[in-house]
Amino acid sequence: MEYKADPEFQKALAAVGGEGASLCFQCGTCTAGCPSGRRTSYRVRKLVRMAQLDMKDEILNSEELWMCSTCYTCVERCPRRVPIVDIVVGLRNLAVAEGKIKPAHKKTASNLYTMGHTVDLPDSMKQVRASLGLPEVPPTCMANEKAFADLKTILDAAGFDAIVKE
Amino acid sequence: MAKYAFFLGCIAPLRYPGIEKSTRVVFEKLGVELEDLTDASCCPAPGVIRAFSRTTWLAAAARNLALAEQKGLPIVTICNGCYGSLFEAAHELNHNDEARAKVNEILAKIGMEYKGTTEVFHFAEVLYKEVGIEKIKAAFTKPLDYKIAVFYGCHFLKPSDIKNLGDTEDPKILDELVEATGCQSMPRRQKTLCCGSGGGLKAAFGDVAKQFTQTNLENMKESGAQAIVDVCPFCHLQFDTSQAALGFNIPVLHLSQLYGLAMGMTKDELALGLHKVPVEL
Repeated sequence: MEYKADPEFQKALAAVGGEGASLCFQCGTCTAGCPSGRRTSYRVRKLVRMAQLDMKDEILNSEELWMCSTCYTCVERCPRRVPIVDIVVGLRNLAVAEGKIKPAHKKTASNLYTMGHTVDLPDSMKQVRASLGLPEVPPTCMANEKAFADLKTILDAAGFDAIVKE
Repeated sequence: MAKYAFFLGCIAPLRYPGIEKSTRVVFEKLGVELEDLTDASCCPAPGVIRAFSRTTWLAAAARNLALAEQKGLPIVTICNGCYGSLFEAAHELNHNDEARAKVNEILAKIGMEYKGTTEVFHFAEVLYKEVGIEKIKAAFTKPLDYKIAVFYGCHFLKPSDIKNLGDTEDPKILDELVEATGCQSMPRRQKTLCCGSGGGLKAAFGDVAKQFTQTNLENMKESGAQAIVDVCPFCHLQFDTSQAALGFNIPVLHLSQLYGLAMGMTKDELALGLHKVPVEL
């Protein structure tokens, strides 16, 4: 298979916490125990190998990159203790930086950006909370405008607005 | 007994407030003081937000850690996801001056600084290690005798090299905590299989997530379990909301709710009416 290796790939991956792919000697213990691999076309060993070979475009465009449930079974069983989940997370960061994000994921990101939480607070839930003797609105940044504004400042400073808005 | 900053997260307070309520009641009865970690946000979720932007994840987590630091309290979470995020963020920031300096550049924009002193605990860890099984047993007023499928989830014990909560292939900690109520933990196949909802899988490939859940439910049913006991509202949500479509009806309880029952709380006080799978035990 022909592909264009990206010489800067390892550096970019390391910058988002995805170091360590070079430790992998391709034994396949990860794929053997992967619950997603048992049910989908996702192959952890292959993904790590592709990372070793700087196959940036192939990885960032693959559907399989998003099939890991981050259960850490592979990391626990890896004889080299390759930080596989950190690598997967790093690869996803690089994909998202190129605008490759699924609509459902963008919705979750947008929830954090607009509410400070990943899910909303329906009126019916306020009533249930009150019936339990809990404050209608949880005592989080949902209940304090200043705290939410602070969170938003942080999200913007970290560049999260670009992911939500693009 | 120590005091903790209570980190609510998202799914417990906004979808299953009975989990929040029972935790407050159970910890009070056990003599563990909780102070709300007011103004906190989503942890943020390790499988989604961290996968979109690690920088954002670490900065927002650092804000939560700094809020606890200002109170001078360790954090306790009632969710594996929150625990995973905050524990891993603290692990990175408390031991890496360079990473902390970088995050503090962002926190400085809101006049905040994280000094790197906050410790993060999972509520089951606090129950097991700090309160202890004997003291817990003494606080129960209502003996229970259900057959239980104990569900650990993934981010409570793993990655084990930094969490140090015991064996991840054949863990015991939750089985002991559940059996303290008089219930029986039923052995089953693939006990540590992921519920399926983590890592953004539920949102991106919901059918695949449900296949994980289905295997778990089949194994739980085969074991003779009458109820599932979890320690993570996100696993809880997945098990509770996907059973109808998959043809199962095994009630789902968070460990704090099981403890609430064992301490005499009513089904209404535990908001069990919100559960999609009727809790008829």
